[in-house]
Order: sequence, then C-alpha cells, then structure tokens
Amino acid sequence: MSSRDLILGRVRRALADVPKDDTPPVPERPGRDPQYEQAVDRTYLREHGDRTTEQTVDLLAENLADYRAIVHRTDNGGLPGVIARLLAERGSRTVLVPSGLPPEWLAEAADATRVPDSAASTPHELDEIDSVVTGCAVAIAETGTIVLDGGPDQGRRRITLVPDHHICVVRVPGQVVSSVPQALDRLDPARPLTWISGPSATSDIELDRVEGVHGPRTLEVVLVAGD
Amino acid sequence: MTGTFVGMPAFPKAAHDAVRNKTLRGNLRHATHTIRDKRARAVTELEDWARLREAGKQIKDHTLHHLDRYLVQLEDAVTAAGGTVHWAADADEANRIVTYLVKATGETEVVKVKSMATQEIGLNEALEAEGIHAYETDLAELIVQLGKDRPSHILVPAIHRNRGEIRDIFKREMGEWGRPAPDGLTDTPAELAEAARLHLREKFLRAKVGISGANFMVAETGTLVVVESEGNGRMCLTLPETLISVVGIEKIVPTWRDLEVFLQTLPRSSTAERMNPYTSMWTGTTDEDGPQTFHLVLIDNGRTDTLADEVGRQALRCIRCSACLNVCPVYERAGGHAYGSVYPGPIGAILSPQLRGTESEIDASLPYASSLCGACYEVCPVAIDIPEVLVHLRERVVEGGPVTRQGAKVVLKPAKGHAAERAAMRAARWAFSHPGALRTGQRLASRTRRLHPRSLPGPGQAWSASREMPAVPAEPFRDWWQRTRGGKDAK
Ligand code: SF4
Repeated sequence: MSSRDLILGRVRRALADVPKDDTPPVPERPGRDPQYEQAVDRTYLREHGDRTTEQTVDLLAENLADYRAIVHRTDNGGLPGVIARLLAERGSRTVLVPSGLPPEWLAEAADATRVPDSAASTPHELDEIDSVVTGCAVAIAETGTIVLDGGPDQGRRRITLVPDHHICVVRVPGQVVSSVPQALDRLDPARPLTWISGPSATSDIELDRVEGVHGPRTLEVVLVAGD
Repeated sequence: MTGTFVGMPAFPKAAHDAVRNKTLRGNLRHATHTIRDKRARAVTELEDWARLREAGKQIKDHTLHHLDRYLVQLEDAVTAAGGTVHWAADADEANRIVTYLVKATGETEVVKVKSMATQEIGLNEALEAEGIHAYETDLAELIVQLGKDRPSHILVPAIHRNRGEIRDIFKREMGEWGRPAPDGLTDTPAELAEAARLHLREKFLRAKVGISGANFMVAETGTLVVVESEGNGRMCLTLPETLISVVGIEKIVPTWRDLEVFLQTLPRSSTAERMNPYTSMWTGTTDEDGPQTFHLVLIDNGRTDTLADEVGRQALRCIRCSACLNVCPVYERAGGHAYGSVYPGPIGAILSPQLRGTESEIDASLPYASSLCGACYEVCPVAIDIPEVLVHLRERVVEGGPVTRQGAKVVLKPAKGHAAERAAMRAARWAFSHPGALRTGQRLASRTRRLHPRSLPGPGQAWSASREMPAVPAEPFRDWWQRTRGGKDAK
C-alpha cells in the first residue's frame, strides 16, 4: 500500500465517530459549498471601525509608520520628483525596475542607472543593486500592510528582497482597503503574493526589536493621491 | 549540530534543573511577560476577537472532520499548479523522501526557514548523516544551531541565551560554517543581527535548495502560506531553484477566504503585532519567478493517531502561535527544554504525548506538567481546551485504555508500577504539592479571587515566582485533584 493510501485510510478510521450526516457531499469548490458556509459562523467583522475614505488612507499612513516604514505623500505630478529625491538622498547609483513600471515615475531620477528586472540576473548581481522601485497590488489600512502580487509594476519576488532599499508606490485611495478580509477578496491566489508590514525585523535577542535582518532594511512607501 | 531530545530526563527532573538556572529563568520571565502584555493589547484592538476565535475553531474542526477529502483536494490543487506531492507516514519516511529529493539536485547544502515539523522529524540530523548540510536561517535558530543547542520557545527559540552568550557563540562558531563574525563584534542586538545578516547572505545567494514548513495550506487553491518576521523565509522561498516544504497534514484550511480569520488571529497571538513583517503565499510554481521545482511533503507522524482520540484531537487545531507558553506559570519556571520535545509549554504537554505515545518517562510525565489553571485555554486563538486534554491524558497514563498507535488500535495497560507511572507521579507531586504550602496558597488565592493576588503567599512563592499569576480558576486544582482522583480511588 502506498503511504498516501495508508494515511488516508488512517484518517478515515480515526473519524469513525464523526456522524455521517455531518459530512457534506464532495464539493467542487468548498468555498461555494452551502454546507461549509453553514459549518462556520462568520459573524466577525469585515472591517473594524467606521471611517471615511480619507480617514482610511490616514490610518494606513499611521500604521505603516508605526512599523517603521517611512511614509511620503504626494500626487501624480509630484511623484517623479519624490522618487528622484529619495534615490538621491540615499545615494543610490543603481535602481531595479520592474518591466511594467510607468516610465514617468523615474523620469526625474537622472543619476541612478536603471537595471531591468530579468530572469537572467543572478542573486549575486541583485545584491549589488542599491534600490528598487515598485507599485503594489493592494494596501491594508488596519494593519499597515502592502501586498505585492508580481504584477508588471512589481516584478519578480526577489527584486524587492535582495536590495537594501525598497520604494513602494501606493495609489490612494484606489489601492487601499480597510482590512485583511477585504484584501483577500481583491487578491488572486494563483499569483505569488508577498505581504509586507514594515521592514524586516527580529526580536530574537532578548526581545529587543532590531529592524532589518534579511529583507530591505529601509522601506519607503509613497502614497500617491489622485487616481 | 542540533542537540537531540533522546534520553531526556522526565519532566520533573528536567524542570528541577531548569528552575535552578538563573539566566534561563530571568530571560524567560522577561520574555513571557513582555509578550503576554503586548498580546493583550493587540487583541483588545479587535472588538470581534471572540468571534474570530470561534470561527478559527470551527474552521479547524470542520477541516479535521473531513480531513481525508481536503487532503485529496489539496493534492489535486498543488499538482495542477505545478507542484509534486509526497506522503510520509512517519519521520523516517519523511526524512528519506527529503534526502532523496535533495540528492537528486546534486547539492550538498540547503537553506532552511524555521519549521517545527522539520524539527519534529529530526530532518537536519538525517540530512547530515547523508552528507547534506542544512543551514538554519532564522536568527534564533542560527543561534541555537551554532550553539549546538536546542530551541526552548516556539516563537523565540533562543530566549534562554542572553546577548553576551550570543556574541561568544557567533565569534567562536561562525567561521567554522562560513563568513566569520566581524572583528570587534559587540553584544548589542543590532550588531549581532548585522553579523547574522552578513553570515547568512552568503548562503542565501548561492543556495540551490530551500526547505520550509508552512503555517497554512489552502485546499481549494493549493496555496501555501509562510508567516515570518526576518525575511529569511522569503529568501528560502524565492531564491533557490528547488523548494521542498514539509508540512503536517493538519495544516489545511478549506478555502482561500479562511485565511481572513487566521491572518488576523495568528500575528496578534504570536508576536502581538497587527501584522508580522512578511507573509509569503505561493501556489505551485510561477514561470520565471522563484523556484521552478516545488515539492510538498505531507507528514502524518502520529497525527492520525491523535485524530482518532475524540478528546485529544482538538490539539490538531493548533496554529503554533505560542500564546499558551507565555501565560503558563509552569513553562515560565521550568523553561522549554524541560518538555523534552520541539513542542514546549502547554501545547507540548498535550501534543507530544499524543504524537509519540506515553510509553516513555518524559511523555508519560508531560500531562502532569501543568497546574490546570486554564490560562492557556483563555488565550488560545483556536480555543483548544488544554486542561481538558491534560486531564484526559492523565487518565490514560494512570488507567490505560484504548488508543491508536501507527494506525492500529491497541489497549494501553495502566501504568502502575511502570517507570512511566513513577515519572508521572513524581511530576504530579512536583506540580501539585511542591512545596507543600502551595495547597494553602492556592486555596487562599481561590477564595479571594476578586482580589487578584499577585503572588502566592508563603513558601508557595518559591514555585509560583510568576508575580502575576494567571486568573485563578473557580475550583482550586488541589480540590479538583481530590474530587476526581479521590472519586476514582473510592471506586
Ligand atoms: S495551543 Fe493555542 S495558544 Fe498554544 S500555540 Fe497552539 S494555537 Fe497557540
């Protein structure tokens, strides 16, 4: 007998006490299965608190900053200037660029050499690059989280991991949701997802929080109004 | 490199030694109190906490009750997304599968992100025996691995080490395994973290094989989820060409939507944050992004035996948040090592004896490593009634009875006269009546509950050094013990 059949057989025997009528028919999509819907009481909240759109964006900014992301606010017209300034202040000579990043975002960043996100780059090559600029898929106000889904303006997962400085652009209010449940509604599980809440951190040494272990040690989030 | 749990003394002996270790106790106390206070604040932020907790419990119970179907559905979804699913009935089989998969890549080193499942099966040792070196990449796991040590807490495994010890370990050991610690390394946490960053980066950048566990697996989509803080998880999950994830069969949730419950309750219960810094979700493989080969190894290793126990199966709801450790007065005094397993604290006291059986001294004594105060149940985000399972397992140790072992029904003999029983009784004495005056202390505490005593009076203090005792249960455990045990003896 294969271990697969062995384990499944053990599971079935272990559940001999579970009443038959407790077992709904094998569903194609259990999320749509009415019996599973009834099995779980989902009276918890879809979002916490009652806020205007503007307040939700403010909460996002507040919670991002609370977990040590550096937050900037601007509008479409101001965005290229802000990105250019952040790269210059950091002294970045090279910047990774996802294939679908709107070119105007980097229009004023004259000094930084653009390195396109490419499957051919080795991790060692990425390690030499100073900064990366991306968009995002969705941002969650209640938790101060940005989510990347590998879309054209975000690129491969590793480009927001290896460089030490990440600038992430969030279009507000369009890309902002209040809560985790609302974010999951918007996301496609088939895509590789990275949820980021502040720069990487550890409290492993005597519970002292230290920012920046392996991911980018500096996370700058630019909230761009007007979409 | 990692120490093993084989030949562990039973809980009371190990706990006795630990209680005398001042560094360990000081660190543990500081850690558990800090996290528990923060957790309480993080939980209060969500007015619907009780409903989220109930939903989490129901999702997990439903999944366990239909586990066979969800396992098959998960297998189909992962396979359709480009992954390969393997099934391992026990630790040896899981280790054989992983070793085979690593060997097939031709590599002799792998990078690992912290995973309780791989610790449970002793994967690092199994790989080492085959000439494959596994590098732990969590800062705490690195400290533990370099220190040839064992983890003592689920969330902060190196909590028993202070900064000076960590600096010494880094200076002594890092050069052995790769990039040495920088000259003049001090003991500030920031410098130590930087040393770890440099040491590990070299390994991440050249790694061809990554090994992980998973916090959740979504049956309907085949998505795996890893929740972490440092970014080493992202490194292991995205830079290597081959990814091997070793996951217990109970980690399934049926639907994508179910994550909305656990992604709210896990971070707040665990690190007491609104959200942990990084969460990675992947479904099979993605062209030109991340590992192009993905293996999922599903392990049983005692889980189906646990599932067969109608009372004990609730332990399989556990999402490994470690909240129960941080509120446990016994854990705080005894430390993680005394539990003789990768699962310490209250959850370890109910999980290890079920996964491994109660034949050994240490496993037979674990159900007694508790004062049944109930604080663990109160904080558990999936509402596992740990005291209920402890009492159930104590009965099994003392009275024997039918259990399932490796899928077969067997009848355990009462432990009377057996070494295991003696160990269990020693543990019971240690936990219940040591020192003797605890009885008085606990009764008094119970009668004056509304006064919320901050410590036990008299000699009871020596045992309950926790200055903030968890909420006192209505019935003192001593009375409970006499009522239940007394009743049995009378029969
Ligand atoms: S038993 Fe509950 S509180 Fe303890 S680690 Fe598991 S989920 Fe967390």
